[in-house]
Amino acid sequence: MTRRILALLATTFLPLHAHAVEYSQVQSAQSAIRFTYQQMGVAVDGHFQRFSSQLSFDPARPTAAKANFTIDLASIDTGAPEGDEAVAGKPWFHTQAFPTARFVSGPIKALGNHRYEISGQLTLKGKTQEIVIPTTFTPQGRDGVFDGQVTIRRADFAVGEGSWAKFDLVANDVLIKFRITASSK
Amino acid sequence: MSEHYTPPAKILHWLMAALLLALLILGVYMHDLPLSPDKLRLYAWHKWAGVSAFLLLLVRLGWRAGHRPPPLPGSLSRHMRFAAHAGHLALYGLMLAIPLSGWLMSSAKGFQTVWFGVLPIPDLLDKNKAIGDLLQTVHWGLNLLFVLILLGHIGAALKHHFIDRDDILSRMLPRRPEN
Repeated sequence: MTRRILALLATTFLPLHAHAVEYSQVQSAQSAIRFTYQQMGVAVDGHFQRFSSQLSFDPARPTAAKANFTIDLASIDTGAPEGDEAVAGKPWFHTQAFPTARFVSGPIKALGNHRYEISGQLTLKGKTQEIVIPTTFTPQGRDGVFDGQVTIRRADFAVGEGSWAKFDLVANDVLIKFRITASSK
Repeated sequence: MSEHYTPPAKILHWLMAALLLALLILGVYMHDLPLSPDKLRLYAWHKWAGVSAFLLLLVRLGWRAGHRPPPLPGSLSRHMRFAAHAGHLALYGLMLAIPLSGWLMSSAKGFQTVWFGVLPIPDLLDKNKAIGDLLQTVHWGLNLLFVLILLGHIGAALKHHFIDRDDILSRMLPRRPEN
């Protein structure tokens, strides 16, 4: 009896899986959001340790995909402990009032050869900007790996105000790089 | 007429004396500042000046290899001769080791040294907090040692000049026109 039920379940669900592989379970241990900025001509790397995400991506139907990310700004590693403290302050992220950054995906364009352009809204420190993120998708067994990078300008989000507003010390451009590993259900 | 150091040796000595003093004062001062644009600027200047001091030292060592300094006066005892040579050797060693430790510390802390914001000095070490903190202690310790030996160096020069009244200090000073 059990065997017959299992067989029935298998015939019901297996074809569904074979047709639509939806990657939606983000593997935090194999995912990272990093950034690089220039400080007086010196490239400095940092990353965010905590973020949450809602992801659904079916390579067969990329236009229906969704990718929303919420980044805990307090989890920043700027490369130096005193930097981590400083960026929580009002001139930078002002994390007390704006604890998170949020990306909500809009239209996703397939460029072919596993390359995509993800458009979406990035909200940081109360300011929202439209950004387009060139991304590649690499299937790896049950998992899929998304790699993308985009340059944003910190001044667009009023990040680094007052004495930090000029770009002679900390450059305006910040390169955001991410690798998101997601498995299919 | 007493034998003087060569003019390039004098220039290098006093140029580095001024630069190293500025580096020492800047290093102690900037360390405790709260993070601000000025602090970042001072750190960058300190690193640029440190690289410059290291390069000046190489020039100085090259010059010294080809131009022996004037001999020590015969009145010095064997122990004093040994102390003078050991002291100078230690100063040279520290002038090499201190900028190297600063450079490695910068690498380990993840802030590459880019000379005058233009010429990147390669990172020999990967970013590693524990090694960075250790190198900070090493940089500090070497400087402490340097200051102690420097005080001995300055004290000895003044003692020779004002108490022994020999030419140890004056042969490193500009020649007076009437000589």
